[in-house]
Amino acid sequence: MSTLLSVRDLRVGFGRAPEDNEVVKGVSFELAAGKTLAIVGESGSGKSVTALSVNRLVDFGGGRITGGSIALYRPDGTAVDITAADEPALQRIRGREIGMIFQEPMTSLNPVHTVGAQIEEAFRLNRGLVGAAATRAARDALERVRIPDAAQRLKYYPHQLSGGMRQRVMIAMVLASNPRLLIADEPTTALDVTVQAQIMALLAELRQELDMAMIFITHDIGLVAGIADDIMVMQHGVAVEQGALDAVLDDPRHDYTRHLLQAVPHFNAGSAVRSDGTARNAAPIVTVDNLAVRFPVTRGPFRRKTGAVHAVDGVDFDLRPGETLAIVGESGSGKSTTARAILGLVKATRGRIEAKAGRSGRPVQMVFQDPYASLNPRLDVEALLAEPAIAAGQRLDATLRARMVFLLERVGLTREALPRYPHQFSGGQRQRLCIARALMLNPDVVVLDEAVSALDVSVQARVLDLLIDLQREFGLAYLFISHDMAVVERIAHRVAVMYAGQIVEIGQAAAVLGAPQHSYTRRLIAAVPAIERRRQHFTVDVTQVPSLVRPLGFEPPAAKWREAGEDHRVRVEESA
Amino acid sequence: MDLLKVVLRHPSGRIGAAIILIFLVLAGLGAVGLTPHDPLKQFVVDRLKPPSLTYWFGTDLLGRDTFSRLMLGISESFIVAFASVAVAATAGTIIGLFAAWWGHLWDGVLMRTMDVLLAFPAILLALLIVAIEGAGMVTSIVAIGIVYTPIFARVVRAPALAIKGREFVEAARTFGSSQGYILTRHLLLNLVAPLTVQITLALAWALLTESGLSFLGLGTQPPAPSLGVMLAESKSMMTRAPWLMIFPGLTIMLAILGFNLLGDALRDILDPRTQGRGA
Amino acid sequence: MPVTAIYGRPANSRAADMNYLTQRLLTFPLVLLGVSLLVFFAIRLVPGDAIIAMLGTEAGLLTDAQRASLEAYFGLDQPIIVQYGRWLAGLFEGNLGISVTYGKPVLEVILARFPLTLELSLLSMLISLAVGIPAGVFAATRADRPSDLLVRLFAMLGQSTPSFVVGLVLIYFLSVTFRMLPAMGSFTPLFEDPIGNLSQMLLPSITLGLSFAAAVTRISRSAMLDVLSDDYVRTARSKGASQRDVVWKHALPNALIPVVTLSGVEFGYLLGGAVIVEQIFALPGLGRLTLDAISQRDYPLVQGAVLFIAFNFLVVNLLVDLAYAALDPRIRLGGK
Repeated sequence: MSTLLSVRDLRVGFGRAPEDNEVVKGVSFELAAGKTLAIVGESGSGKSVTALSVNRLVDFGGGRITGGSIALYRPDGTAVDITAADEPALQRIRGREIGMIFQEPMTSLNPVHTVGAQIEEAFRLNRGLVGAAATRAARDALERVRIPDAAQRLKYYPHQLSGGMRQRVMIAMVLASNPRLLIADEPTTALDVTVQAQIMALLAELRQELDMAMIFITHDIGLVAGIADDIMVMQHGVAVEQGALDAVLDDPRHDYTRHLLQAVPHFNAGSAVRSDGTARNAAPIVTVDNLAVRFPVTRGPFRRKTGAVHAVDGVDFDLRPGETLAIVGESGSGKSTTARAILGLVKATRGRIEAKAGRSGRPVQMVFQDPYASLNPRLDVEALLAEPAIAAGQRLDATLRARMVFLLERVGLTREALPRYPHQFSGGQRQRLCIARALMLNPDVVVLDEAVSALDVSVQARVLDLLIDLQREFGLAYLFISHDMAVVERIAHRVAVMYAGQIVEIGQAAAVLGAPQHSYTRRLIAAVPAIERRRQHFTVDVTQVPSLVRPLGFEPPAAKWREAGEDHRVRVEESA
Repeated sequence: MDLLKVVLRHPSGRIGAAIILIFLVLAGLGAVGLTPHDPLKQFVVDRLKPPSLTYWFGTDLLGRDTFSRLMLGISESFIVAFASVAVAATAGTIIGLFAAWWGHLWDGVLMRTMDVLLAFPAILLALLIVAIEGAGMVTSIVAIGIVYTPIFARVVRAPALAIKGREFVEAARTFGSSQGYILTRHLLLNLVAPLTVQITLALAWALLTESGLSFLGLGTQPPAPSLGVMLAESKSMMTRAPWLMIFPGLTIMLAILGFNLLGDALRDILDPRTQGRGA
Repeated sequence: MPVTAIYGRPANSRAADMNYLTQRLLTFPLVLLGVSLLVFFAIRLVPGDAIIAMLGTEAGLLTDAQRASLEAYFGLDQPIIVQYGRWLAGLFEGNLGISVTYGKPVLEVILARFPLTLELSLLSMLISLAVGIPAGVFAATRADRPSDLLVRLFAMLGQSTPSFVVGLVLIYFLSVTFRMLPAMGSFTPLFEDPIGNLSQMLLPSITLGLSFAAAVTRISRSAMLDVLSDDYVRTARSKGASQRDVVWKHALPNALIPVVTLSGVEFGYLLGGAVIVEQIFALPGLGRLTLDAISQRDYPLVQGAVLFIAFNFLVVNLLVDLAYAALDPRIRLGGK
């Protein structure tokens, strides 16, 4: 196997004095032709900057290579020193020899050019095709990445496509010139789990077909296991461990690697669920009965109602005191809308939501996903924690402050936090503040809407532990909304799976996760990346989520359920 | 007060703030009458004298000291500018805030009304109002205030809508916080940034418009000097006494420049894109 | 947050197109109605009896019968709502009333002056865009380098200088350096005598054009800087696009969007700001007409002129919205 890329002691810095502001501090690695290297790290590790240095795109973001060398080897044996190359040479290399796909498919495509025009441009720049030849090539490229109705799609604009489709378009653009190296910078982070699986399958297939080398950047070490030959773990700008995939994953030497591997929630197919649960016959504290939430769709200047988006259609479940019910699903499943309906943020179109009056006037509280957006940046912690109490009619006095300090300490912060502002805390700390705030009024139920999804993996684990402790101590019931099966496995007693606005399977966590009955649940579980699945064979499938838009007056057929065990119900699927 | 320190570190901010400070001092002195000469007194013997040690910026056709008149003129213009922006900012913020908060029907009605006002080129609307009320300083304040209100309404409405949809406002609703609490503590507090920028830029614009109105004879009335009036008077004397045009012209330009520079600096500093990128 | 996987709408969908356009077209007459209301009733608030304003002291010499017949002629004896209704009805026929000062139909008087103001505004707009956009793009591509700072300095100075100051300075330099005063007074129509017309319009257009050019420069520069740091520009570079491709093909179409929006707003300013410039250069345009009409209490003329200018402004805004939709497919086609 010949070497394709050789990076020695790479140093990259930003700003006016890059030597003093290094983000990458001496990274070295080799990549053989046709092999895949995964670079894994959390935010701030320097993994993206390393990737952007290989094709010198960092230069446009204010960065500069301050040391080291990057050598790109050609099939004829010559080598190009990327660090010393001039801009015209780099332009020829970019696209033709090194292709790149990025993390945010939404913003990575030009909104004012059609998809076809953008793919054709790639062909024009790297293969010199113009006119009808370029259009044909673009159409073929779309078909290669399995986008249906390719000829039609060429005329679409990016905003008319879904995230998964946009990422496929990006891949199609990159393939235009058959590059020998593909750099993928977190290409699936912004996508749903099942869509992620589809994209990973596509990449694996193409890589094999084209004998393309790949550098795959990610923070998800589980994802890496399925696709990489070698792995490099980065922290604070340095490579702390690197080597063959099996060697590093099975026998990690560095503390940080070990820490990462441990912190990443492993999905154990239901065998690692919690055993402390509430008795089955305890009276439920929240009952949801036949909940439906529909948003009207209007057409024309007079806002004529032509239909409705059935975000949630006929959902029933009970939540018992002290237990965690996880609602799992991808975007569009209706899980967040359900949570919002329970809290009254969204009006239920029909159905009944009953929350037993508990220890205080507002028994249900919520913790949101984005720790940066759920705290008013202009208020200090004391004001932020006081708000629920003030809204409930209490006064800001010594008793209230004592409670604040008590809760702050319970979530792992101190009374010094009171006069500070949100921007002075990290993401994980802010989420703890949100939890403390939710507990101010002594609720019985806390709804956690993707509350750990935006946190780094190591922080995630600690916050989950905190939540479990608090649940035991205060006897809280949790409604845990998530898309991450592994996280769910750690915290849930019972699991409900939602798809297209309906619950398709619900029951004990061990049962649902260990012996899934519904086809969607199976698909969801199969798509979860896991370290154990090495170089797995992703099955390429292009199932699209059905549209939730229905004509006026449409009523879904009554649900038929079957029992698959004690406390395990499955919606009966209609045979296609 | 940290904001002040940050502004002073910014190059344009420093210059802008310095210019405004100088002008404020001059205006203050002019308003209380601490000028080198009496701005209204006509030194008939010394008519149309070029700049000298006695008359720093020269004299005009009636023998009045240009520098002293400028000081008084600055204070008149500043009063109009600050008062009118205060009116516009208050009215506009209230309208924009409520349009964003109540939404739907109220939003439509309020913003369409603003559109009607915006359908008039600014000078035209000001002319109309002046025609109704008669020329003068108070009228200028009212006119500029009304003209600029819809702009504040628009500038406030967009961020208010964005904030309304953010999670911390949703959280407030789940606690049952009162509308008043949400509007003041959550919305208004977070609107301070765009408002500050807009107020500064509005002051620049108000000065510009006020001088235009006085130039047309519709603002402050003679003999009270106003920067625009002085420029209008200088036109016929242009070749004989260019200083009568140069100094008022430069003064207007510098004053407006000061506010523009400050506004720019504030906009750079308070740009939401550079905020919120926490640790 | 993962993206909802809902099928997109075809690129040639007429539905969303109609939606945006029809909405704009529907609000247009509504706003126009509001404008007419405002104009009509605002004028009525002007102090001073219309008859006295028209005739001055001679009004005192009228007998009651003469006064009554004058009032009847101008429709001043009807209740105000009726007056509004009659005026509005007249609008649809293109009848804006008779000017008291000129004794001719208002529309005729306005239309005689309109071409000058229109030409002035269009020329100024042209100059400002032709100077401002390239300057802004240039400055953005050389951000923070000396050439950029120079452009920004000039733009800042330009924006801080009122148009009449610019005008006065230009006249001064002309008369001092070239001992030449620009032709003032009556207007030479474009098609009769292009050279004469343009020599008359040159100075005023440059005056107005420069102050607006400053604003265009700044908006273009900041829009360009924003766009150049957007993700899709990075994608284009990763495909191997050259700097020229990136700036002109990828960045500029996106950066123009805010510039176009600004142009619409500023065109209104031009229409009105023309007032001051017309005054300085003694051009018989619409702005001066309105000014004089206000001081002469010529109600019908003021009403007509203000309404006319506002109408033009709204039309331009509508055109700008259409241009906006043409530039940005997200507006044009709706979507998520």
